[in-house]
Amino acid sequence: MKLLVTLKRTPQRDARIRIAEGGDSLDLDNIQFEVNPFDELAVEEALRIRETLGEAEVVVVTVGGEESQQQLVSAMAMGADRAVRIDGGGTLDSLQIARALAAVAAREEPDLVLSGKLAVDDECGQVPAMLAGLLGWPQANQASSIELSADGASVTVVCEVDAGLETLRLDLPALVTADLRLNEPRYASLPGIMKAKKKPVEVLAIEELCDPGATRSRVTGFRALQEKPPGAILGSVDELAEVLVEKKLI
Amino acid sequence: MTDTLIVIQAASGELGKSDLSAVGFGLELASAAGGQLDLLLLGPGAEAQAGPAAALGARQVFTMGGAELETYTAEVFAGATAFFLEGRSYRCVGAATNSASREYFPRLAAVLDAPMASDVLEVESVDPDRAVFTRAVFVGNLLATVELEAPRVLVTCRASEFEPPPSSEAAPIEAVDAPGGLAHPGKAFVGIEAATSDRPDLKEADIIVSVGRGTRGPEEGIPLCERLADVLDAALGATRAVVDAGWMANEFQIGQTGKIVAPEVYIAIGLSGSIQHLAGMRNSRTIVAINKDPEAPIFEVADFGLVADLFDAVPELTAALEKRSG
Repeated sequence: MKLLVTLKRTPQRDARIRIAEGGDSLDLDNIQFEVNPFDELAVEEALRIRETLGEAEVVVVTVGGEESQQQLVSAMAMGADRAVRIDGGGTLDSLQIARALAAVAAREEPDLVLSGKLAVDDECGQVPAMLAGLLGWPQANQASSIELSADGASVTVVCEVDAGLETLRLDLPALVTADLRLNEPRYASLPGIMKAKKKPVEVLAIEELCDPGATRSRVTGFRALQEKPPGAILGSVDELAEVLVEKKLI
Repeated sequence: MTDTLIVIQAASGELGKSDLSAVGFGLELASAAGGQLDLLLLGPGAEAQAGPAAALGARQVFTMGGAELETYTAEVFAGATAFFLEGRSYRCVGAATNSASREYFPRLAAVLDAPMASDVLEVESVDPDRAVFTRAVFVGNLLATVELEAPRVLVTCRASEFEPPPSSEAAPIEAVDAPGGLAHPGKAFVGIEAATSDRPDLKEADIIVSVGRGTRGPEEGIPLCERLADVLDAALGATRAVVDAGWMANEFQIGQTGKIVAPEVYIAIGLSGSIQHLAGMRNSRTIVAINKDPEAPIFEVADFGLVADLFDAVPELTAALEKRSG
């Protein structure tokens, strides 16, 4: 069985992101980067499936420049077998990224593609479903559990949806995105980190894979949230009850 | 190409508050583009909801039901919408952000080869070849301007940021037959496990009582909060920690993961206010926080704060409000 995990390099989860002067970009100069936390859950899940099966290949793929190499190595330090980096050059939109990933999926022919449900930087959450759509594969979003059938031909996925927990069965090949409660990602071990340095990373130019088309979605500016004036700290429960009633809040 | 289509997932029951807000969003899109709004209701509730939907200012309401649309799946909804769009011209195709549109809209975008903006907060402009929106990024800490350059774009909206439209003259309703073969042969819906509750739904409620780890669980503080919620006819919400601990089900979670809400009053009890939680509730009209830690970040967004032990304050508040409401 082959598992393909898509991942994105994103600023560290507790990083304070500032807007660069002029407001049309972000100041990311002193920011540390990591594997998007939801993608990390997807990597972990692939490793667990491999452990359950005893034998499977876990391939990680990202679309990004040289700097994304580090996040591929992080995923391989966790235990992924090899990596593919698609060098896009310049700004790519979700559909272009999905096209590149679809081309990789066509080459690799994985049984299951795993992704994070969204990237914590732009929070679009578009690429996985676009990829499933381009491939024509069944998809399951926001998974909190993934179980491979005994014959390895399908997965039963529990998804966190607005109404509760939805259970779906997908015949492979399929695409599933990871939500918070899917698992707890492992830390890379020291031997894992050493081994990762020797694992292969294939680098491909996006044009070698597909015609990505034009970039049609762009972020052209940023602004800060409006500061909220500080609220009132009340002295007692009675005061709070009075405020709620007087201001007709309840 | 100046018209807008809003797609509504019509399960059984009535149109929800977020559906109404999505129509309000659609009217904004249509007006920005200089066109008109049509609605497409998909699912078993389409026919029943068409009447009320037709009185919201749209030019026309379309319904599509049938066996394959009985149960929502991303593949069927993307396929049904793509089928409907064949031979029809819309500048913008939109929906409210929810767990369904988060998956079927990007799938549809890929099928249609159209760019998409997710969960927008504002419509800036819609010109013939460029549509500009504002959306939140980095756990809601920054706002980004997003430009889509295409004659047809897909866009989902954060429903709590848009107003339901006033009622207007009834628009015509047309039933469209669903084509066969929408269901993906490799996908089966097995079932759904949903908590049953007599309290209002999180997305519909005017008041939300939200509980954090400080409540120490269903044996201790959560029943006190439930009692307060009942007195206020409020919905109950929770933080990630409460859901992770198994104290409440996932559908109660508010935050980056979970639901994004903006009720009239949000009462945060025993929760510190992680950035992920704030991302899900900071746009509430009035925020009340009860926490014994005066340094808790929730006080930075609270309009009214009470530094107190919730095990004393919540029953006292419940009693005080009960007395006042007589």
